[in-house]
Amino acid sequence: MTSIQNADQVAILKDLAAVIVANKAWLSDIDGKIGDGDHGSNMAKGFGRAADRVAGQTLPLDACLLVLSDVLMGEIGGSMGPLYGLMFEDMAGAIKGLDRIDADAFSAMLNAGLKGVQGVGNAQVGDKTLIDALVPAVAAFDAAKVSGFALALDDMIHAAEVGRDSTIDLVARIGRSARLGERSRGVLDAGATSCCLILTSLGQSVRQRLS
Amino acid sequence: MQRFLNDPDDLVDETVAGFVKAHRDLVHLSADNPRVVVSNSARTAGRVGIVTGGGSGHEPAFIGYTGRNLVDAVAVGEIFSSPTAKSFADAIRVANGGAGVAVLYGNYAGDNMNVKMAARMVAKDGIEVATVVANDDVCSAPMSEREKRRGVAGEIFMWKIGGAKAALGANLIEVQAAAQKAIDACRSVGVGLGPCTLPAVGHPNFAIEPGTMEVGIGHHGEPGTRVEPLKSANAVADDMLKIVMDDHALAAGSEVAVLLSGLGATSVNELYVLYDRIEVGLTGMGMTVHRAYVGNYFTSLEMVGATLTVLALDAELKSLLDMDCASPAF
Repeated sequence: MTSIQNADQVAILKDLAAVIVANKAWLSDIDGKIGDGDHGSNMAKGFGRAADRVAGQTLPLDACLLVLSDVLMGEIGGSMGPLYGLMFEDMAGAIKGLDRIDADAFSAMLNAGLKGVQGVGNAQVGDKTLIDALVPAVAAFDAAKVSGFALALDDMIHAAEVGRDSTIDLVARIGRSARLGERSRGVLDAGATSCCLILTSLGQSVRQRLS
Repeated sequence: MQRFLNDPDDLVDETVAGFVKAHRDLVHLSADNPRVVVSNSARTAGRVGIVTGGGSGHEPAFIGYTGRNLVDAVAVGEIFSSPTAKSFADAIRVANGGAGVAVLYGNYAGDNMNVKMAARMVAKDGIEVATVVANDDVCSAPMSEREKRRGVAGEIFMWKIGGAKAALGANLIEVQAAAQKAIDACRSVGVGLGPCTLPAVGHPNFAIEPGTMEVGIGHHGEPGTRVEPLKSANAVADDMLKIVMDDHALAAGSEVAVLLSGLGATSVNELYVLYDRIEVGLTGMGMTVHRAYVGNYFTSLEMVGATLTVLALDAELKSLLDMDCASPAF
C-alpha cells in the first residue's frame, strides 16, 4: 500500500471532472455571493472538456493532468484558467516519466502544483483564495507521509476541508471580491471550495488505487 | 427573464460570429483564433498596435472598439471571464506591425494574469509589449490604493487616446504614456438598480431589493459600496457626479469629456434624463463639457443601471479624443 502506477490513469481525471461537473451549481452559487457567479460553469466546462478529450485513451496520470492544464489555460481563461492550468502543468512535470507514484513523488507533485499557483498569483494564506485550502493540505500531506501514504492522503483531504471552511470568516484581500472588504466575510471562497474538491477527488482516487 | 438563446455554451461564439458579419467593413475574425477579433486596419507596418480584451457580456465592449485609429485586436473571453493567455497572445501577434504592441486592459485578477502570461509568450517571437491597466472605478478602492481600483467605462477613453496616439506614428513608450495619461484623467462610478444573470447560470447572482439601489456597483455585479433607497433621477445624477468629482478635484474652468453608459437594461431615454442633470451640475462647478457620449457603450448583460465617466482634458488629450476614428461602437 505504498504507491500507485502512473500508467493508465484516465479514470482519475474522469472522476475528478465528474466531481467538478456535479458541483457546478454549488460553485457558481458560492461565487455569486461575492463574485460574478461564473466559477462553476467555467470549471465544469474546462474539466468536462478535458475528460472528453482523454476518453477512450490510455494515458499516464501526468499526461492526463497536462491535457487538463492545456484546456484550462488555452480554452477557459478567467483567473482560474491560469491558476489551475499552471498548477496542473507543474504537477504533471513533477511525476512525468515515473513508473510508480509513491508518497514522496505525490508530495513533489503537490509542492510543484503549489509553486505553480504561487508563481502566477500573489495570494498568501488568509487572503480568502484557493491558497487557503492548498497550502495547509500540502503541509498536512508532507507532515504525515512518514506515517504512510494512505494516512497522509486522509490528512491532506481533512486539511483542505478545514482550509476551505476557514475562508468563511476571512475578508477577501485579493481577486474580484477583495473590493468588498467586510462584505466578503461570512461566505466560502469559491476558489478554496473548488480546490478542496480537486484535492479530495485526487486524494480519494489515489487512495483507492494504492498497492 | 426571456432570452434569445440557443445553447448558453455557444453564446460567446455566436455573438462574435454575428458581430464580424455585421461589421465586416471594419473587422474580421482572426484566422488563427476564433476568440480574436481584428481590425481591418490592423498590422500597419511601423505603427504601434493596440490590443485589449476582456470577458464577454459587456457588448459593445470590448469588440465594438476594434477599428481604424482605435483598437487593432481584441481577445474575447467567456461571459464575465478573462480571455485566455493564448487569445491575448494571438491578439498581440496579429496587431503587431513591427513597432510593438500596447495592451490596454482593465484591472481584474484574471486579465492581469493572462496578459502577463501572454506578454511572456510573445516575447519569444520578439514582440515588444507595453501595458496600461485601467483603474477608473472610484468606489472600488480609495484613491490611496488606486492600483486596486477596477477598470470600467474609462477604458473606452484609454483605447481612444492610445489608438489616436498610435495613428499619429508615436512609438510604443509614447503610446503607453498617452493611454496611461488618459486613464489617470478618468474617474467613473456605477449605480445598479437591478441585477444581471449569467445565461449559463440561469438566475441572478446577486439581488438588488426593489426600492433600493447599489452605489459603486461593479461591471460584473460586484456588489456596490453602499445600498440606499432609490432616489429621483436628479438626486442619483447628483450623487454620481459628486462621487466622481470629489475624487477628481479639478480646477474650475477645466474641460471634460463625459461618458454616461447604460449597463444593459436601462432605457436610453433614462440615460438622457441623467445626463441632463449631470451637465447642469458640471456647468455649475465651472466645467466645460467638450464632448458627451450617452448610450450603451459598456454594458453588463441586462443589468439595470448606469456608469458615469468624466475625463479631464488637456490640449493633448483633447486633440487625440477629437481625432477621426471608425469602429462599430465609437
